[in-house]
Amino acid sequence: MERAYEVMFIVRPDLLEEDVDKLIATLQGHATNAGATLKNVEKMGKRRLAYDVKKFSDGQYVLFTLNANGAAIHELERRLRVSEPVIKFITVRTDEEQQRLDKIRKIRASRVKRPPAEAAVATEGESAPAVGA
Amino acid sequence: MADEQNQEVSTPAARPQGRPDRPDRGPGGPGGRDGGRKFFRRKKVCKFCVEKIDDINYKDVRLLQQFVAERGKIVPRRLTGVCTPHQRQLTGAIKRARNIALLPFAAR
Repeated sequence: MERAYEVMFIVRPDLLEEDVDKLIATLQGHATNAGATLKNVEKMGKRRLAYDVKKFSDGQYVLFTLNANGAAIHELERRLRVSEPVIKFITVRTDEEQQRLDKIRKIRASRVKRPPAEAAVATEGESAPAVGA
Repeated sequence: MADEQNQEVSTPAARPQGRPDRPDRGPGGPGGRDGGRKFFRRKKVCKFCVEKIDDINYKDVRLLQQFVAERGKIVPRRLTGVCTPHQRQLTGAIKRARNIALLPFAAR
C-alpha cells in the first residue's frame, strides 16, 4: 500500500554542510532500498529550535517527501533513530490531506463561475450559534 | 457568553481586554473600531475562511504563530474568531509543529 509521507528531521547544528549531504545521501539510499520512492528532498537550513533538544538550541532541518509503504517508513524511522547526528524527526502522512485539498480546490474552481450572492450569505450566519461558547 | 448576541449593548467591561497573553489578531474583522468601541463589538470572522487558506500546514510557522499566545498556548476560538473546523485543523498543525520544535510547548 503506497502512501504519501513527509519525513522531517533535525540534524545537529555543528555538523558540516558536506556531512549533512552525506547523511542525506545515505538515508536516501536506505529509503529506496526499503522500497520508497523519494519525490523531493529539501534542506530547510538552520533554524532556532523552539526548545532545547539534546542540549542543542539550533538545528538544521531537512524534509523528505516520499511515497512508501508502512514497512519502508518503519525502516527509515529506525535508521533515523539510530543515526547519531539526527536529534529529532517526525513523519506525517499527507495523502489524505492532499485529497481533501484537491476536493476543496475543485469545488472552489467550479464556484468561481457564479460568485455574486455567496459572499453575503457566508458572513451572515456567524453571530447566532455562538451562545454556548 | 450570552453577550455575543446583543451586540449593541455590550459594555467594554465584557471584553477580555486585560489578557496579557493575547496575541495580535491581525486583519481579523471588518469595520470595527471606528464606530466607537463602547457600543460595537468588533465582529470576528475566521481568518482562514476569509483569506481562503485551505491548507493549514505545520511547517508554516509564521501563520501558526498568530494563533499561539506568548506562553505558547493555543489561543481559544472565542478570542480569535476562527471557525470550528479550521480551529480543529489549526490545533493539529500546532501540535505537530511543537513536536518538531518549530513551536514551543511552553515558553519561558
